[in-house]
Amino acid sequence: MSSPTITRTGSSHRIGESAPRPDGIPKARGEFAFSSDLWAERMLWGATLRSPHPSARILSIDISAALAMPGVATVLTAEDVPGLSSFGLEHADQPVLASDVVRYQGEAIALVAADHPDTARKAVAAIRVEYETMAPLSDPRIALDATPIHPEGNLVRHLVIRHGDLDVEGEVQVEGSYEIGMQDQAFLGPESGMAIPTEDGGVELMISTQWLHVDRDQVAACLDLPVDKVHLTLAGVGGAFGAREDVSMQVHLCMLALRTGRPVKMVYSREESFFGHVHRHPAQLWYRHHADRNGRIVKVECRLLFDGGAYRSSSAAVIANAACFSMGPYLVPNAHVDATVVRTNNPTCGAMRGFGAVQTCFAHEAQMDKLADALGMDRIELRLLNALEPGHELITGQVITGTAPVAEVIRTLAAHPLPPAPDSITDSRLLPGGTGRTTDYSDVKRGIGFAVGFKNLCFSEGFDDFSTARVRVDGGIATVKCACAEVGQGFVTLAQQITTEILGVERVDLAPADTSIGSAGSTSASRQTWMSGGAVHAAATAVRDTLIARVARDEGVDITVLELVDGVVRSLDGTINISIVELTTAEPVEEEIEFHHAPTDELDENGQGNAHVSFAFSAHRAVTDVDPELGLVRLVDIATSQEVGRVLNPLQLTGQLEGGTAQGIGLALMEEIIVDESRVRNPSFTDYLIPTMLDLPDLQIAAIIEEPEPGAPFGAKGVGEAPTISSTPAVVAALRNATGLALTRVPVRPEHIALSADHLDD
Amino acid sequence: MSDLVSYRLNVNGQDRTVADGRLGESLLYVLRERLGLAGAKNACEQGECGSCSVMVDDELVCSCLVLAASAEGRDIRTIESLAPEGELSYVQQAFVDAGAVQCGFCTPGLIVSVHDLLERQPDATDIEVREALSGNLCRCTGYGRILEAVRIAAAERLADGSESRA
Ligand code: FES
Ligand code: FES
Repeated sequence: MSSPTITRTGSSHRIGESAPRPDGIPKARGEFAFSSDLWAERMLWGATLRSPHPSARILSIDISAALAMPGVATVLTAEDVPGLSSFGLEHADQPVLASDVVRYQGEAIALVAADHPDTARKAVAAIRVEYETMAPLSDPRIALDATPIHPEGNLVRHLVIRHGDLDVEGEVQVEGSYEIGMQDQAFLGPESGMAIPTEDGGVELMISTQWLHVDRDQVAACLDLPVDKVHLTLAGVGGAFGAREDVSMQVHLCMLALRTGRPVKMVYSREESFFGHVHRHPAQLWYRHHADRNGRIVKVECRLLFDGGAYRSSSAAVIANAACFSMGPYLVPNAHVDATVVRTNNPTCGAMRGFGAVQTCFAHEAQMDKLADALGMDRIELRLLNALEPGHELITGQVITGTAPVAEVIRTLAAHPLPPAPDSITDSRLLPGGTGRTTDYSDVKRGIGFAVGFKNLCFSEGFDDFSTARVRVDGGIATVKCACAEVGQGFVTLAQQITTEILGVERVDLAPADTSIGSAGSTSASRQTWMSGGAVHAAATAVRDTLIARVARDEGVDITVLELVDGVVRSLDGTINISIVELTTAEPVEEEIEFHHAPTDELDENGQGNAHVSFAFSAHRAVTDVDPELGLVRLVDIATSQEVGRVLNPLQLTGQLEGGTAQGIGLALMEEIIVDESRVRNPSFTDYLIPTMLDLPDLQIAAIIEEPEPGAPFGAKGVGEAPTISSTPAVVAALRNATGLALTRVPVRPEHIALSADHLDD
Repeated sequence: MSDLVSYRLNVNGQDRTVADGRLGESLLYVLRERLGLAGAKNACEQGECGSCSVMVDDELVCSCLVLAASAEGRDIRTIESLAPEGELSYVQQAFVDAGAVQCGFCTPGLIVSVHDLLERQPDATDIEVREALSGNLCRCTGYGRILEAVRIAAAERLADGSESRA
């Protein structure tokens, strides 16, 4: 792709420019403090005892040997939890520390604080727990008939969408079953943080998270402290992708710090990280598409079964998303969706980039290809014929009132030139299998795949979604305060750009993100550009209005004749010219705004309702080379078109598209937490593979479609998730195209290709 | 606890004393927790991600796999040595300019690796760069801007004709 314009220097960048990240230089110098870099005088190291069993009764816990070890400051169990014994993102159903039963492998049972991480680890190993193991509930298909593994039962949520005439039949019908493996977010910065007891009996927690306030509320409840005694500050976050939306060590760290009266630091190892956070839901999906002879979709039926694992996390919202976006970005007049998420003894699943829409996109795009083939129609033409448009009704009965340039997304991508097919490739790095030199190019088959997807932006289903921001200008320098969690996505850059755009100041500083201001909501659901961007926009606008009002009062003119341009309040006739520096040196201005998006509704018993505020659409086209006999694959080319509302920072947008696409490719080709009888078999980067630089070609950006979204600040849509959704099905469609195999499961492994008897035409 | 040892490490040209260290501590741990050099990162601590990359006697190593005490007497260079206070090396500058930094957790390790690569192979092709850096995982960027940063840095290095750059 062509490189975005790079801006090397300068401090004031406006909307639409490739402003550099304010934290880019410290990060490049290795000086940026991540949560694992925290250090304090007299600090102790925390460690966690985790269950080796996915399902067991705890008969006894003996901490005496651990407690007696030199260097061990404390050992804590469930008895030591001061307040509420459970926590949870939407609903407190997970014990802070297990005391009677464990429901997944890796569930936390006891905590240690010691003078050295090694002492802490040894003390953890010295804790004696007697278990009575039970057969785990491993198969989500039998969960509803099985003995409940939790007092709240094994059903987390069952959701039905009934839309239109469910009796209508299409002349052409295609059916398919699909399966998605469990994906890990695999952020690089391990879970880590530090808690420090405060003089007022409270606690200060520095933590990498996606949502400070929801953590704070859970921590306070479990510690039995008022929220004003629990102060959270965002520590440097090494990526998130959904895995930091749930509490991991937050309560544990605070318990250890309060008990010992000393700062306590904890860092999960990579292995522990696999057990310490939720994953993307594995899913089983069945679809039947009905169309008329001309290719118009008449009806779609589907059944979705998601494995939520041991605890609820955000499963209820994930399944709603999966159901709402189960059709893909197509007009479906009649639909019947039956969606269920259940509890099992498998690892807990929750938020991951794409949030339910990734799973269904894999299935509906495979179905669209099948349908096109059954109709004898071009696959792109079928998608164009059925593409959603503004004014169309979704299967939830919601009419799209915002932008939905689906056809343009499809057309621009389809028009993008394909890579040449060379006569020979001898460099093994460019062949399936790579440097092992296992494949001969003469055996290689090339395939092309295309996929389109969409999902919601911001929180849905009637949730009152808001963010809070404060902008202060003093001596011409603006300071933005917002609790928005910067996890790498670049909100810090946008906050500066938005403030500069509105106030024309030369310098925008960012105050630390903490709980001393109101909530910013989660860095998830592609929502922070809209929500915290919107809050900063509103606060900066309020500052501007205050300045204009002040000048109007002082100069005795009407506010309507004044404007703030390039940092100067001036009158339309040019007689008044006062700089923001002068104005705010005399008297600083500060405004704080809580910004809400338009309200949404809950879904009714038929899954109908205006549940979502906005949608983002994406498409990918993949070209793969496959050695069908060896099952080896090389992704040759990946191209995308995205609609984004409006580009706020081209360079950061490119980064989101490339990074999001890469995670979707990972799910297609290699990424899966292997769970066998509810036990994780590959909790390491040796065995859980994520794409390396050698696995990925340059992303070709065919088009960025800008149609400003009504109601969104600057018309910009969030771009965090959409790129992840359609890349997985595009890659697998290319593999099907190359091999003729059905390939109904991701990730596709070599044996699925090499050993499959499962041909599409069978 | 037993097995406490004291030894000296030469880090970034400075003689540093490690007092009462434990024998099993990795070079990564000692740099980060005992010597206050937290630039090398700890994404896996088992040699799979490259986030802990440092140079030992001009050789690129994963510091999580090196026993700290075994590095006594060797020349250890970390990300902190690449540019004077307040400045950026040409590779660091290229990473910032190209948008190669998102969360930044992989960044110090990658920058150390890119310096090493361009020292050895200033004219590396794209596929050679990809191969050379395939031991450095990044989860945020999809590597596109990182490759671009390497291209920029390589061009800068060539244009400057300086072999002795930081
Ligand atoms: S931390 Fe050393 S290779 Fe990952
Ligand atoms: S920038 Fe986050 S891991 Fe590379």
